Amino acid sequence: MKKPIIAFNDFSFKYRSQQEPTLYNIDLTIYEGEKVLIVGPSGSGKSTLAHCMNGLIPFSYKGEITGSLQMMGKETKDQSIFQLSKMVGTVLQDPDGQFIGLTVGEDIAFALENDCIPQDEMTGRVTAVSNMVGMNDYLHSSLHQLSGGQKQRVALAGVMVDNVNILLFDEPLANLDPATGKEAIALIDRIQKETNTTVVIVEHRLEDVLYRDVDRIIVMNKGRIVSDLHPDELLATNVLEECGIREPLYLKAIKYSGSAITPDMLPSHIESVNLDNCKDNLLHWLEKKDGLSEPKYKAEPVLQLESISFHYDSGKEILKDISFTIHKGEMVSIVGANGAGKSTLTKVICGFEAPTRGKLYYNGKDMTNDTIKERSLKIGLVMQNPNQMISKTFVYDEVAFGLVIRGVPEAEIRERVEETLKICGLYPFRNWPISALSFGQKKRVTIASILVLQPEVIILDEPTAGQDFRHYKEIMEFLVELNERGVTILMITHDMHLMLEYTPRAIVIANGRKLADKSAADVLTDRNIIREANLKETSLLDLAERLQLPEPGEFVRHFIHVDKGGNGIGSKYVSVR
Amino acid sequence: MGKNQLSTKTIVAIGIGAAVFVILGRFVSIPTGIPNTTVETAYAFLALMALLFGPIVGGLIGLIGHALKDAIFYGTPWWSWVIVSALVGFLFGLASRKINLDEGQFGAKQMVSFNIIQVIAQAIGWFFIAPMLDILIYAEPANKVFVQGIVAGVSNMVTVGVLGTLLVAAYAKTRTKSGSLRVEK
Amino acid sequence: MAVNMLAFVDRSSPIHRLSGATKFLCFIMWSLAGMLTYDTRVLLFMLVASLIIFTVSKIKVKEVSFVLLFIFLFLLLNDIAIFIFSPLEGVKIYGTKHVLFHIAGQYDVTVEQLFYELNITLKYFSIIPAALLFIKTTNPSEFASSLNRIGVSYRVAFAVAIALRYIPDIQRDFQTIAHAQQARGIDMSRKETIFKRAKNALAIVLPLIFSSLERIETISNVMDLRGFGKHKKRTWYSARPFKKSDYIALITVVALFTVSMLVTFYDGSRFYNPFV
Repeated sequence: MKKPIIAFNDFSFKYRSQQEPTLYNIDLTIYEGEKVLIVGPSGSGKSTLAHCMNGLIPFSYKGEITGSLQMMGKETKDQSIFQLSKMVGTVLQDPDGQFIGLTVGEDIAFALENDCIPQDEMTGRVTAVSNMVGMNDYLHSSLHQLSGGQKQRVALAGVMVDNVNILLFDEPLANLDPATGKEAIALIDRIQKETNTTVVIVEHRLEDVLYRDVDRIIVMNKGRIVSDLHPDELLATNVLEECGIREPLYLKAIKYSGSAITPDMLPSHIESVNLDNCKDNLLHWLEKKDGLSEPKYKAEPVLQLESISFHYDSGKEILKDISFTIHKGEMVSIVGANGAGKSTLTKVICGFEAPTRGKLYYNGKDMTNDTIKERSLKIGLVMQNPNQMISKTFVYDEVAFGLVIRGVPEAEIRERVEETLKICGLYPFRNWPISALSFGQKKRVTIASILVLQPEVIILDEPTAGQDFRHYKEIMEFLVELNERGVTILMITHDMHLMLEYTPRAIVIANGRKLADKSAADVLTDRNIIREANLKETSLLDLAERLQLPEPGEFVRHFIHVDKGGNGIGSKYVSVR
Repeated sequence: MGKNQLSTKTIVAIGIGAAVFVILGRFVSIPTGIPNTTVETAYAFLALMALLFGPIVGGLIGLIGHALKDAIFYGTPWWSWVIVSALVGFLFGLASRKINLDEGQFGAKQMVSFNIIQVIAQAIGWFFIAPMLDILIYAEPANKVFVQGIVAGVSNMVTVGVLGTLLVAAYAKTRTKSGSLRVEK
Repeated sequence: MAVNMLAFVDRSSPIHRLSGATKFLCFIMWSLAGMLTYDTRVLLFMLVASLIIFTVSKIKVKEVSFVLLFIFLFLLLNDIAIFIFSPLEGVKIYGTKHVLFHIAGQYDVTVEQLFYELNITLKYFSIIPAALLFIKTTNPSEFASSLNRIGVSYRVAFAVAIALRYIPDIQRDFQTIAHAQQARGIDMSRKETIFKRAKNALAIVLPLIFSSLERIETISNVMDLRGFGKHKKRTWYSARPFKKSDYIALITVVALFTVSMLVTFYDGSRFYNPFV
């Protein structure tokens, strides 16, 4: 019979620094060889649960434990983190932060070095495990040269080398581009099958993980397990929606069309879901679509790029002949694989790098030779990591900073800062230290600190990276509000949902070239573009194809239209500005 | 794990601290206008790290950070000054016994004792040890090396006194308990 | 922002093939000899010898030229400063005074002073090729294991490895932060006053430091999870075994070190005095 490998028994945990417990009365058993997905919104306790399994709790994070947690039959309280690390291998979400070695081989060998394994044996084991994840040709490469997906393979190899019994993945998809994320899931699946390890994945991107089968999905909310079901059964319930976790889009479409999801439809994969009973509803639903119009811009251009090319002194071209025009009041996504040149493009637009060829225009005027400071009044840049922008202790000071250094009179500063804080919903927190804010609030502070300078264009680098669905919606709806106030918004993103839902237009960059510039729905229904730019098709496209619809793009657009209406943020994108 | 061994976190603090010291030393030193004197932000950072993690970490960040910076960017470590950086980092760390930053306390009293210690530490380092080493190793003229030491010392005292104090205060403020905060209308 | 820094370049040369521990010990002894001696003959020998080894190592002068330029400039300024502060230091040391020409006041240019300053410059020059050799031919991955082998605790050795590993990351962070802050209007150029620039620097330094403190947390968790510090010892994946050439190199350098010390201190003074 199945042997329990992880067993929580009436387990609770309270961090020392907190008033309330983070985990309440957890009862959970995971069996040998199982593959289990743990989902839940931020703050649901899912990461805490993972930390309990790998021993970071209570070894690094102190607190109070009640109840019992047994790993392979041993009570974790009596184990050291070293003993636990022999059983559980953890792959963390940050692909850069978790490397210790300078080269791939060295990093994979780290656990062996600590175990005093002789060098000869070490070399053999490192080679074996790197073969398994397909990184054998890179053993001498520096980690800095690897792509996001390769880094993750190395991280995986680094824990597998220790022959662990359990592999624990903490948000493995957070920093990967969509196609690479898909590969990662496939890799985890393959490794699990080959080595028969137990796999626990903590992730909120449910649909992406379900690209390969999992045995069970545990849903966590507010420190408790609210559901522990087979995926097919879970997807037939309303648990996900209630907890604020995004359901697979194809299932949402089926629901919108008026059909119910039942476990016997096998809803966990778009390829296998049985559509017999809901096909008619879907086709009928599509007929009801009202007069959708493509967004039209009467407005004049605000930012124009004309044949922009860029390369560093010695290197190959990073940007090749890129041209596009952004109009006033638009909201546009820039998408593409890691390393395609998206962030270099931002650097050129903001003036950190001068293009080697080509021209930039702002409101029709040539700004190619404007300094960073001059451009900063027109184009604001919000970095991905708010901690890289925040330099003051208090919210008010941080937002005021850009004005203070420009020597704006104090009365005006106060007025503008307060106004901006109100827009951003931060006014009640104006006297708080930023360190006391949540990640999403910090992000708002950084947006506010740019907004206060009143730029006409704001560029955001991965505005929602690492955010759960609720925070994602909060941030995006806030951006939509700004956009409605007339701010032009450019977003660099990996998030296909974001691009589909919020930006009518998408610019696709691949290998330094502009590959496409059209509506987000059209981009995500074009398999050539998807492949070339390392994107991932939306499951809505698969659904449309399975329904043999002549125009899948229409279907996707209709879905978004309905979805927006359902969210109460209206169909304002399609109105003529 | 033995008690007198350095914990993993301490090791990482030394490593990352040294890396930050290198980058600050190379990129964020501001010329004052006086020849060969710069505002070395790296020492303000060294003071913070030493206060947070104690004398051993302070000393090792000074030693490793300065030696690596010299080696990577200037070709060879200037040992006499590397040793002084290590010493100054160590001495800064002695202040950590008096000041508990993690509980957010860095009031006027702590500021004063921090600055007294940093001035004494740097006086020993830059006014005496650095010139002595220069004389011993390179037999440079005494008046030259003492002037250099005094200029560097004073400039670093001011840097740590102003930027370092601001930095430490900023850090302490981030430790404010969120329980004491109120949402205002 | 392209910044020149010295880094290991993998080539095939006898010097590259030596273990890092050997090179580190040789470098330390070489530096020590260069620091202790003031004997012109020893310094000249060290300079010539290190230049020969430099050629053997296949390092291209182009790769280190930016450092050499900096060092030349530094030494020139240093020599001028020494003369300004103490024009008769050489006379004091060597005990004779051969005036070449007179400038003004106490400023006589003497043979002794020139010889003394030549020696100071030589002192630097005799060490620099060795330092460059060490930096350019030692694989940083192997360096930590070398430190450990020569007796440094593996924990401290590993701290050095972390520093080397994270310098590029911290530099990238620094550039990102600098960009973000410049895009908010911070001016880091020389146009601003020193106080303004120091204040502006803080706007870059603070985020850099706070994000680095966060990094410390993540990395130490990862290391704990992968068993760092479990035992009193550890092995090293990139360690290089001691070979015959290592012993030969070490013995040679120890011998040279001893000879140079004997030559230097034979007459009871570290200075070689051609004037008496």
